[in-house]
Amino acid sequence: MFRNREEIKEIQLHRLKELVKRVYERVPFYRQKLDAIGFTPDKLKSLEDLRHLPFTTKQDLRDNYPFGLFAVSLEEIIRIHASSGTTGKPTVVGYTKNDIDLWSELMARSMRNAGVTSRDIIHNAYGYGLFTGGLGFHYGAEKLGATVVPVSGGNSKRQLMLMEDFGATVLTCTPSYALHLAEEMEEQGISRDRLKLRLGIFGAEPWSEELRAKIEEKLKIKAIDVYGLSEILGPGVAMECQEQKGLHINEDHFLPEIIDPDTGEVLPYGEKGELVITTLTKEGIPLLRYRTRDITALYPEPCACGNVLIRMDRVTGRSDDMLIIRGVNVFPSQIETVLLSLGYTEPHYMIVVDKKGALDQLEVWVELSEQFFSDEVKKLEQWEKKVEGELFTVLGINAKVRLVEPRSIPRSEGKAKRIWDRRELK
Amino acid sequence: MIVKQLSVFLENKSGRLARVTEILGENNINIRALSIADTTDFGILRLIVNKPNEAYKLLKEEQFMVSLTDVIAVEVPDRPGGLAGVLKILEPYNINIEYLYAFMEKSSNNALVVFRVEDLEKAIKILTDNGVKVLTGNEVYSL
Repeated sequence: MFRNREEIKEIQLHRLKELVKRVYERVPFYRQKLDAIGFTPDKLKSLEDLRHLPFTTKQDLRDNYPFGLFAVSLEEIIRIHASSGTTGKPTVVGYTKNDIDLWSELMARSMRNAGVTSRDIIHNAYGYGLFTGGLGFHYGAEKLGATVVPVSGGNSKRQLMLMEDFGATVLTCTPSYALHLAEEMEEQGISRDRLKLRLGIFGAEPWSEELRAKIEEKLKIKAIDVYGLSEILGPGVAMECQEQKGLHINEDHFLPEIIDPDTGEVLPYGEKGELVITTLTKEGIPLLRYRTRDITALYPEPCACGNVLIRMDRVTGRSDDMLIIRGVNVFPSQIETVLLSLGYTEPHYMIVVDKKGALDQLEVWVELSEQFFSDEVKKLEQWEKKVEGELFTVLGINAKVRLVEPRSIPRSEGKAKRIWDRRELK
Repeated sequence: MIVKQLSVFLENKSGRLARVTEILGENNINIRALSIADTTDFGILRLIVNKPNEAYKLLKEEQFMVSLTDVIAVEVPDRPGGLAGVLKILEPYNINIEYLYAFMEKSSNNALVVFRVEDLEKAIKILTDNGVKVLTGNEVYSL
């Protein structure tokens, strides 16, 4: 590992120069953007010069759907992942062989730093599929030489049985699912002594110190926070160490900045703002200054664990209106798109997020409009089902639709209040 | 012989039904019959009133989701088997009944049943041909 921050900075600068050159040569989108500001790769002399470069946003990925920002031909891409975009189409990322190796390596590095060893049995309950959580942890665990149980999500009873029978020592899933499992255990009267769990690595959704304390107490484990996003890599961008005082960013590959989300200005260390990441070494879809929309702060001070990689705060919010529900990204605009496509001319709706036990519950309240009104219950229920079906297609998670009376959703001046998040998040 | 029924969408929350009846009462509109079909989240209130068009306008102004639905009101003998007799007449003709509800006629010994069917004209013809009385709108409104 690195001995000091100077060493890291040196590598960062070297890699940043290579990256800018690479995207300038290979990605027309970036060539145009850099040409527009008269920036050529040879002008990049220091890490500070990065702030002159343009941002990349989720909208850019959408505009170039599906493969427009790839820097290599599809022949070199060996894996595709995707997450929900702001409208119907997902945000797509591609990985080369080297990207997958790097991802595995970084996951293994972070997990090792968090205390996982090759003797651990990892019960991986992150979803496997287009979502990066499951496969990200899977490859990292294998790289580390641990035993991975690719159980994926769902069926809590079976999960508990397998955790007990296989002697799982590490649990990886979303924090809300961890709490759900703990509650399921209590309900079934399964004594904690029957499990060998000692550590959990939880992420893919915002959570709080209160929730951490609760999970740690109920499961009697150390709960580690992990951060990542598919646009950048997936899990493995940053992870806590055993000190649990901030997440170490793998900054030799992901160069972080904190900006003021309104002005785009770079903020000093320690100040809260939006996290912006430049992927220094990714081949498939390298991104310059990607705006994550996640709110956090950076701390370069040495960590008690001895690792000199910079730390970020637990993510405390978003600079846009994205919701994370059961680990899935949901944008109000997606719901609006569905309603418009179903014939609503001016959809009035409210997104209501709740907790049922430990799990998120999504409801969409939609004002009934004249054209869909019927005096028959059956027809209104069919309408609800139809909207629910369309929402599932676009969001990838179940939402319950509730029809409400006209004018019952509060109108506000300017931007409508569309979200009522009733989950406790302190 | 078509009767105008008010159909009002109501969320299952307190005060909504009271508000509808209040508006009607304040405007001197009399309810002749009513029924509610409900689910866990919402209900549909069906009303026969003496002044359906006026009631429709008033509820609309108050932002209720309301519509006028065509139904028929059929006189049914108030004795065991009375309704069965009427339904038996309709049975062979494939008349699809969406819903029905009954109310009492004050002045006679008959019950009235409101039918919501797909093909109203056809139902009216079959019933009257078989000697069943189908009331006119005015007869119902002025009960």
